[in-house]
Amino acid sequence: MAGDRPLKESPSQTAGPYLHIGLMPEICGIDGIYRADPGAVMVNDDTLGERITVQGRIFDGNGDDVKDAVIEAWQADHAGRYQSGSEPSDPNFVGWGRQAVDPESGFITFQTIKPGRVRFDATRFQAPHISLFIIARGINIGLNTRLYFPESEENATDPVLALIDDAKRRDTLIAQKDGDLYTFNIHLQGEHETVFFDI
Amino acid sequence: MSDPFHPLNRRDWTWQPAALTPDYKTTGLRSPQRPLVFFENTMSETTGPVFGHDLISDLDNNLVLNFASAGGEALGPRIALRGRVLDENGRGVPNALIEIWQANAAGRYRHKNDGYRAPLDPNFAGCGRTITDDSGHYVFHTVRPAPYPWPNGPNTWRPAHIHFSVFGHAFAQRLVTQMYFEGDPLIALCPIVNAVSDPGAVDHLVAKLDLEASTPMDAMAYHFDIVLRGRHATPFENHSRGV
Repeated sequence: MAGDRPLKESPSQTAGPYLHIGLMPEICGIDGIYRADPGAVMVNDDTLGERITVQGRIFDGNGDDVKDAVIEAWQADHAGRYQSGSEPSDPNFVGWGRQAVDPESGFITFQTIKPGRVRFDATRFQAPHISLFIIARGINIGLNTRLYFPESEENATDPVLALIDDAKRRDTLIAQKDGDLYTFNIHLQGEHETVFFDI
Repeated sequence: MSDPFHPLNRRDWTWQPAALTPDYKTTGLRSPQRPLVFFENTMSETTGPVFGHDLISDLDNNLVLNFASAGGEALGPRIALRGRVLDENGRGVPNALIEIWQANAAGRYRHKNDGYRAPLDPNFAGCGRTITDDSGHYVFHTVRPAPYPWPNGPNTWRPAHIHFSVFGHAFAQRLVTQMYFEGDPLIALCPIVNAVSDPGAVDHLVAKLDLEASTPMDAMAYHFDIVLRGRHATPFENHSRGV
């Protein structure tokens, strides 16, 4: 299969410790070049859907906070449609966000809306989820994972969650809910290592 | 081809760096130890954010000028970086957002965590971005960054490099990498570079001097193409297009 490809994908390299300069210059004090850090704000007053906050920490193999990571979120709109999908989506919602871990607190926070369920195939749906892409110093190639919502009945039949036999591992993909706040911690290693995907 | 019904080719992990590469010490505690879980692309992976050219201002791709005071310019060897974003099928990728960041010509980043003694350049921030044209071409105007020391070992130096972040049209195409300069002896010694084990793959990260594209008495040109994953010719199985 690989032999059919005329070109090879460029190899990945770590984003390094100074990734904020290129990805979110305003938060590292570089003002006035870009109009705004891309992805910093995901919703506006007209965005449809239930407002939620997703917050979490990232832990290394020692259980220490990874304070120099950046996470990108990609999600469907309130009705389960993607901006570049097969049908028009909410014009007030791109569905892409980018945030850095707060180096003081260790928390990373996204203000967004709860996505709708996304079609899987002609007859099945995926449970509502947010795709996450994690980069940092010491991560040679960006890590892909997904956040699911604990209250979703669809989790029981989600075709991606179904691939993970071990219930404890599957639970690493399910946020904890407290009102409109969802907590989702990511463990890069160890007993609670988050499930990362080859997408 | 940005059709969300076409999955991406599966990633060739022999060509990509492993998560744990002990010579690059920080990977020790930050590398997942369990295998990645594979699943066939869904719409969540074959779609991605769409960026319009209206995102970009005139000087966003000009690091020589985009942070400089009036009449000022960044210090250092002036270079133009040109190339294309392509997919594995050899097609140019239009409207691809490229974001870059780099140290200045003395090897210092404008970042509070960089304590290297080399000076900041008041006219240089080190960030730039652009969106590729209809055939995938891009250009950046910048200064060549210097190598700098880093605390991976007692005497480790990064080769001169520029960080690249690239979006295709699918979230599964997302690529973050680094570009090096042809002829730099530090490339072969760098534990981050050597996280990529195939020398042929490393060569894909090395920009080539392109003297013909240089601007006489102004700036040397380097050429650097970026390849993102391509899409299958065949669409999803069992997927109804009507929904």
